[in-house]
Amino acid sequence: MAIDLKVNGQVHTLDVEPDTPLLWVLRDELGLTGTKFGCGVAACGACTVHLDGEAVRSCVTPVSTVAGKEIVTIEGLGAGGLTDVQKAWITHQVPQCGYCQSGMVMAVAALLKTNPHPSDADLQAAVTNICRCGSYPRIRAAVRELAGKA
Amino acid sequence: MTTRRMVLLGGVAAGGALIVGYALWPSHRRERENALAAGPDERFVSNWIKIANDGIVTVIVPHCDMGTGNITALTQMAAEELDADWSQMRGEQAPPDPLFANGALAEGFILSGQNIGYGQVPAFLRGLVGNSFRTIAEYKNLQITGGSSAVRFTGVYGMRVTGAAVREMLVMAASARWNVSPDACRTEKGRVFHGGKSFGYGELAAEAAAYTPSDNPVLKSPDKYTIVGRPVPRFDVPAKVNGTAQYGIDVRVPGMLYAALRIAPVFGAKLASVDSVAAEKMRGVSKVVKLDDAVVVVADRFWRAKNAVESLAPVWRKSGNEDETSARITAKRDALLKSGPVKSDVKTGAGADALAKGKLVEAQYSVPYLAHAQMEPVNATALFKDGTLEVWSGTQDGLGARAYCAEVAKLPLEKVTFHQLQMGGGFGRRLPGYFNFLRYAAQTAMAMPGLPVKLLFTREEDMQHDYYRPNVISCFRAALDGKGAPLAWVNDYTTEDDPNPEAHIVYDIPNQAIGAAKLTTSIPTGPWRSVEASWHGFFIESFVDELAHADGADPYAYRRTLLAQRPRHRAVLELAAQQAGWGTALPKGRARGIALFESFQTIVAEVAEVEVDDKGALTVHRVTAAVDAGTTVNPDGLRAQVEGGIIFGLGAVLNGAISIDKGRVMQANFPDYEMVKLADCPQIEVHLSNSDGPYGGGGEPGVPPLAPAITNAIFAATGARIRDLPVRGQDLVAAITHPPQKQTSG
Ligand code: FES
Ligand code: FES
Repeated sequence: MAIDLKVNGQVHTLDVEPDTPLLWVLRDELGLTGTKFGCGVAACGACTVHLDGEAVRSCVTPVSTVAGKEIVTIEGLGAGGLTDVQKAWITHQVPQCGYCQSGMVMAVAALLKTNPHPSDADLQAAVTNICRCGSYPRIRAAVRELAGKA
Repeated sequence: MTTRRMVLLGGVAAGGALIVGYALWPSHRRERENALAAGPDERFVSNWIKIANDGIVTVIVPHCDMGTGNITALTQMAAEELDADWSQMRGEQAPPDPLFANGALAEGFILSGQNIGYGQVPAFLRGLVGNSFRTIAEYKNLQITGGSSAVRFTGVYGMRVTGAAVREMLVMAASARWNVSPDACRTEKGRVFHGGKSFGYGELAAEAAAYTPSDNPVLKSPDKYTIVGRPVPRFDVPAKVNGTAQYGIDVRVPGMLYAALRIAPVFGAKLASVDSVAAEKMRGVSKVVKLDDAVVVVADRFWRAKNAVESLAPVWRKSGNEDETSARITAKRDALLKSGPVKSDVKTGAGADALAKGKLVEAQYSVPYLAHAQMEPVNATALFKDGTLEVWSGTQDGLGARAYCAEVAKLPLEKVTFHQLQMGGGFGRRLPGYFNFLRYAAQTAMAMPGLPVKLLFTREEDMQHDYYRPNVISCFRAALDGKGAPLAWVNDYTTEDDPNPEAHIVYDIPNQAIGAAKLTTSIPTGPWRSVEASWHGFFIESFVDELAHADGADPYAYRRTLLAQRPRHRAVLELAAQQAGWGTALPKGRARGIALFESFQTIVAEVAEVEVDDKGALTVHRVTAAVDAGTTVNPDGLRAQVEGGIIFGLGAVLNGAISIDKGRVMQANFPDYEMVKLADCPQIEVHLSNSDGPYGGGGEPGVPPLAPAITNAIFAATGARIRDLPVRGQDLVAAITHPPQKQTSG
């Protein structure tokens, strides 16, 4: 089945099974490997991308449901230079192994769009991604700064 | 099979000096290095260090960085001795050529479990381990590439020396130009000076490279350090915020296929048969590969391979482990400790005989199996072509990985190339000895000659075919003298290995007897961030806490007294207590717990502040850590590691448990093996206190004190003594309604 997928502003026509998770289409069809696989069951957030501006877990998003929508991945987020979230991530030296961080950055970027001044409580309610390395204190500090609450 | 102890200590039993080098290279070697890894305007001045015409100095680090910041820290150590300008420094992971894998190669040799002496070093290693040696006296602390060893090992014995040697070569080149004595020159910020004249390192590099490096250069005294000890930003961070960092899972090789697998769920079981006809007709599927204990589907896309492998109904040949359960293993473990034999490891004073001389206190603790659950499921890409094997993967030892792949493929080492990629977490899972993912990838590639195949474990396979932190029990008996100190300390525990030095205590107790009983089970086990310290920390520090309470003493003051002979430990304990506000009032329902543990030559004390509500729900509000890692190379990097260690430890205290039923692991993914999230993350403060102690490790020592700090705090809050981890599922309410008679402060 041919599906038109709009990723980072570019349209791709793909022949994939409709139930293929968006994650595997991004990684294996389009070579956008910045989006990571962690669990495949919507439990970790490593695969977070933006769908029409909202954070979704692409490992459980069938590609057929997102045809024609605006999909932005970590590669597209900073396409025009580092975003404020990414800059704050560097300032606070957030990443350790870094594997979860594409998903973290995407989740936080989506949160700040709807809630530019999140409290710690807003942050932890919205961002339930897993970081096994334990970068949470730095994520919290970076978001406090971005929220103007540092 | 390699045991964990061999992996950590193998090769050091020689009795003589273990020699792991850094080797300074004769100039013809540098030519090859230049061809491999230097651009047109730069050249290697020594192994590991290249200098470009514009003065950019690049340190080639023979370790992989799994997020602990070791490439940055090792570059700092070389830059310090070089008197470099930090803004001109770069750090890179060594390319996959043995020429650069000096430290890693030496480590790989250690792994072989053979004795080390120059005469016994195999020919292919001689050039690397050869010219110049640094003797490492403390075998015990040896570990393979991991945050806790890079600085202590490669940094102290390698990077500093090579940096100092290169500095001397640059000085020689400059003094020759000026025709003055090298002693009349000095170096600062990437330049050599003589009076008012100076040259940048870039201008001198080509001439400097012609000198032979000294193998015994003069090292700086630490009070002159300007780069070591500074919180510099890590080199690897920028690529990790924009998705460009390349992990093993991200490798793309032209023409690459994907593989998904199903490993025999029962440990030790083998593949008997599988009907692959239908699966082989599924879209994109190239082949169903039958391995000894697994079935693999190779397809043009991972998703197709995964669906196809899940459609199979493999028949497994029984291993005899089909009836294994956690309860059975636990019963066997407990019985072993009761009936022995227990191998004595420590005996001081009258040992256990002294138990009769005071008030007896007894307690028994345990920890369950744990999985690593690093965020990137294990994976490897392999290509078998014309009798050669090429492998791409993220491992904690590139050389060990190469040797392992050669063994699996039954190929000579020179026919195997290994590309080391970044790892989405290691924590011990990707150490040699635990390379099942490399085996399956290499075997799959050999069944698909000429085609590169990326084999990826699903989270479920990763979690169910890990090498788990072992299930351990530890029994303590102590005698109290009634005046606030233990007279005797007796501890027996189970281990799957030799007796653990981590069970030795730092407290001043005159009569001690410590011993271990060796347990074997069908469950594969392996090192898990901080290894034995992760459980002995919990056991020892819980029991010390119980002794304090039994003596009616404040747990902080009690430890402090027992550390009279250990000024460094005592200082760390005091710092944590003071920063945490030990002894100050807390709101109702809240309490503090304290613990102290030394591991990997780093001393860490942690104070946890917890709250248990009237329904028994536990919240960890705050953790204050104090750390003495001797000399700190990158304070911000060390802080990040301790924060990470605390959170890693927190998952194990709150929820961590892998259970076995019918010979297989019951947990499969994060919903049933729960991870700490932002909402669970306490406020964490890390205070560093440098000392004149040796360089300590950074990646692991934050873990061990965390569990007891929390369970000791739970006791202080509720009177419930948690002796078996995890806390989840244990009733904290019952204890609250019947609080203990006397609560000590904290
Ligand atoms: S991979 Fe999608 S949530 Fe874990
Ligand atoms: S930085 Fe390693 S999992 Fe988050």
